[in-house]
Amino acid sequence: MPKTLFDRVWESRLVAEPPGEPALLWVDLHLVHEVTSPQAFEGLRLAGRRVRRQDLTLATMDHNVATGAGPADPLSQAQLEALERNCAEFGVPLYATGSGREGIVHVIGPELGLTQPGLTIVCGDSHTSTHGAFGALAFGIGTSEVEHVLATQCLPQVKPRAMRVLFQGELPPGLTAKDVILGAIGRLGVSGGAGHVLEYAGDVIRGFSMESRMTICNMSIEAGARAGMVAPDDTTFAYLEGRPAAPQGAEWESALDRWSTLASDSDAVFDTEIEIDVADLAPQVTWGTNPGMVAPIDGVVPDPADYPDAEERETVERALVYMNLEPGTPIQDIAIDRVFIGSCTNARIEDLRIAARVVAGKRVRNGVRAMVVPGSAGVKRQAEDEGLDRIFEAAGFEWRRAGCSMCLGMNPDILAPGERCASTSNRNFEGRQGRGGRTHLVSPALAAAAALEGRFVDIRDLAAAR
Amino acid sequence: MRAFRSVTAATAVLDRADVDTDQIVPKQFLKRVERSGFGEFLFFDWAKDPDFELNRPEAQDAKILLAGRNFGCGSSREHAPWALQDYGFEVVVAPSFADIFISNCVKIGLVPVALPPDRVKALMSSVAGGGELTVDLETKTISAPGNLVVPFEFDDFQRHCLLHGLDDIARALTHEAEIIAYEQNHPAPFETTALP
Repeated sequence: MPKTLFDRVWESRLVAEPPGEPALLWVDLHLVHEVTSPQAFEGLRLAGRRVRRQDLTLATMDHNVATGAGPADPLSQAQLEALERNCAEFGVPLYATGSGREGIVHVIGPELGLTQPGLTIVCGDSHTSTHGAFGALAFGIGTSEVEHVLATQCLPQVKPRAMRVLFQGELPPGLTAKDVILGAIGRLGVSGGAGHVLEYAGDVIRGFSMESRMTICNMSIEAGARAGMVAPDDTTFAYLEGRPAAPQGAEWESALDRWSTLASDSDAVFDTEIEIDVADLAPQVTWGTNPGMVAPIDGVVPDPADYPDAEERETVERALVYMNLEPGTPIQDIAIDRVFIGSCTNARIEDLRIAARVVAGKRVRNGVRAMVVPGSAGVKRQAEDEGLDRIFEAAGFEWRRAGCSMCLGMNPDILAPGERCASTSNRNFEGRQGRGGRTHLVSPALAAAAALEGRFVDIRDLAAAR
Repeated sequence: MRAFRSVTAATAVLDRADVDTDQIVPKQFLKRVERSGFGEFLFFDWAKDPDFELNRPEAQDAKILLAGRNFGCGSSREHAPWALQDYGFEVVVAPSFADIFISNCVKIGLVPVALPPDRVKALMSSVAGGGELTVDLETKTISAPGNLVVPFEFDDFQRHCLLHGLDDIARALTHEAEIIAYEQNHPAPFETTALP
């Protein structure tokens, strides 16, 4: 029977299939961070359980850490110290702030070569879907499940359905993976992928770098899908070769043989299939309070009256009130106060290079505060080796230490009430970047251009963005 | 996890679509290292509005929440179901839920009931202005004022776990032999404990 990539990974990780119960799925890599783990470690302690596979577990600090000069606030500091104590007590390796190895979990996993094709990867964070870019089955879990994986290295799971998202056509110059995935979420809606694992396919995906594929898979959850996957290929293998946790020597050769079989059969049947043409795609900007509320850069803020469904109309009305936007306003007329380039969606080296190209030799507009937060200490070092930090600082950007930063505002990096931000992150929910803050999700190129102009601009007009 | 069979209680109505976990419990409250005490932060920003749905008199002491589609989307934070449960809710009824949210609910004994949108609307009408519902997981029915009885579907296994308050980890460990066999047949791809 023909199989999908997802079928192949799923079937290879089945530990037990008790009748009438969910399957017990093996977990190859468990990533841990400070926010969703303290109650899980406490649960182990209360039950007298240990961490079953310390060698398949890795912890880092990312959500709470201060990326500026000051320390984390006392509550955050207590949570970071709790992670340190828990990791020491349970023997979990920890890449702590200041170790030079820390970073956003979804940036350091791939960077270390831990994220490999065919593995099952979980983390108490919904953006774990990022790792699917390597052909891994990777999904976010809750804290009870974190405890479950720490104790058993397995998870009871009911098999989700499979959906193929096929991108057709050639991507116009100046557009990036972020525009492709925002456009796809606009099409699918924020629950269109619910109950499914997505497989992204098509020439556009094949042509994308690993960084771009990670941006795509990262936002699968914003379409309601727990996981997104891309079949591994030479781009994947070239990215992994030589990384610290990647196989070496003869093991590398046998890994390549194994990984090369990880693809969907040409006659594989998906429960759902959608096709999206990217040839006419324009740069995307969200205008509302969920990632599906998105418009092209040459579009306008929609009119609630144009939505026939009453529930949807109400949702749009509420979003426009929160965002303080009038229907019919051209997207390019929206003025911004802040720019955030960072997050597990767009803080890898490629993202920073693209943004740096746009701002090189220019200045951030007066009255706009802009910051760049590298995704990991490793990305920060590499960017500094390439001189990107100097380009950003000369243009008036703040250059920060690695962390989740203003993606979720659990640290000092937040918007003030009413402030409007062009952000390369993944969620524009009410208050996400700070209570009363207004978030517009965009690509790094568009965020960089918005910093210079103080409003959204059509980056297709900028030679540097191409 | 505590067992759940049925509840008869006041019902709160939050008729909004795509309520995300950032609204259910905002990020500034995720810094706690305890599992309890999140109820006071439930819908923290929305609750400042005196007209917010949960501030209405008929929603006081509610143990059942009727909500809009795609409830609990966004972040994987289990703090969201913790907050709902700590606030007093035992059941959430909606046309649909986000995948991770539903799994988090079941793990802690908060009962998520999915019903067709028109059935949810009918229940909302039946308690408009106040009134109790009975949610019975054994019979898989919701009883509303006016002799309205709405049957619902529920995953057999999850229902079994909820009815008996079963501990997932203990159950998984009954498969210890299979776990050991899997480990022996599948060499680890790396050792995180031995990275340079």
